[in-house]
Amino acid sequence: MKAPEPVQKLKHRRDSALATLVGAVPYAGFLGIRFERHGDELTAVLPYSEKLIGNPMLPAIHGGVIASFLEVAAIIELSWAMLWDELESGRLTPEAMADTLPRLPKTIDFTVDYLRTGLPRDAYARARVNRSGRRYASVHVEAWQDNRARLFAQATGHFLMPQRKDD
Amino acid sequence: MPEHDAQDFINALPFARALGMRLDQIGEGHAQISMDWDARFVGDPATGVIHGGAVSALMDTCGGAAVLSYPGALGTATIDLRIDYMRAATPGQRITARAECYHVTRRVAFVRATAHDEDSANPVATASGAFTFERKEQP
Repeated sequence: MKAPEPVQKLKHRRDSALATLVGAVPYAGFLGIRFERHGDELTAVLPYSEKLIGNPMLPAIHGGVIASFLEVAAIIELSWAMLWDELESGRLTPEAMADTLPRLPKTIDFTVDYLRTGLPRDAYARARVNRSGRRYASVHVEAWQDNRARLFAQATGHFLMPQRKDD
Repeated sequence: MPEHDAQDFINALPFARALGMRLDQIGEGHAQISMDWDARFVGDPATGVIHGGAVSALMDTCGGAAVLSYPGALGTATIDLRIDYMRAATPGQRITARAECYHVTRRVAFVRATAHDEDSANPVATASGAFTFERKEQP
């Protein structure tokens, strides 16, 4: 039996692949979105900043920021799920990924449910790929601030998957 | 809405300012807001196409402005918004959204919107949503 990959090496490989994927999306950087990873599970984090405010009277995070955060979380989760097997099997390396960035899924439609006011503090989101076929995918995203059980927004989106070489 | 108020509307929203939005027209339940293409707003570096979220933010702001310009409106917040992405916006081109608040009830406003780049015949995206409708106190 092949010896398992040393844990630090494995973590480094996964983290650099994720950093390459997220780092390639300028708009995620503009909003300040980062991702935390536990195994294959991703949590998107949106640290609060003053420029994210939509209603200064309340104050509340702009609805467009919330929609953007959820859409970024959905696309990264879907791409991550799409690349995971290739990365784990070694067919794709983080270095090769950085040289030729993977094609990203394209949003077909995206529906956001605004459940509560976005407060001026950090926000978190987790996406779940409910269906991912060769061409189309359906993804659900949930976002919260202080309490995981008290969602402040959720969304469902449909995506067109990038065409693979063997298609 | 007088022009200085229209300008104030965008200036009062930090995120609308961060995206460089400009309110072109507003009145009687209609609004038009536009923004320039910017490398920082790109979603897919392979194509240079602006992120759907940035288009969504433009549509949401424009929808909210349309509701606020409806006679009797005092305040609003988005309840839900669905965006359909028809095609990729051409990199480098300005994006313009137009929104119409086509019906209001006592507490709810219904909005539809379209966005296009410099090719105004082919929409980049369409949206429909429900917003809260807070009315001025009846005298």
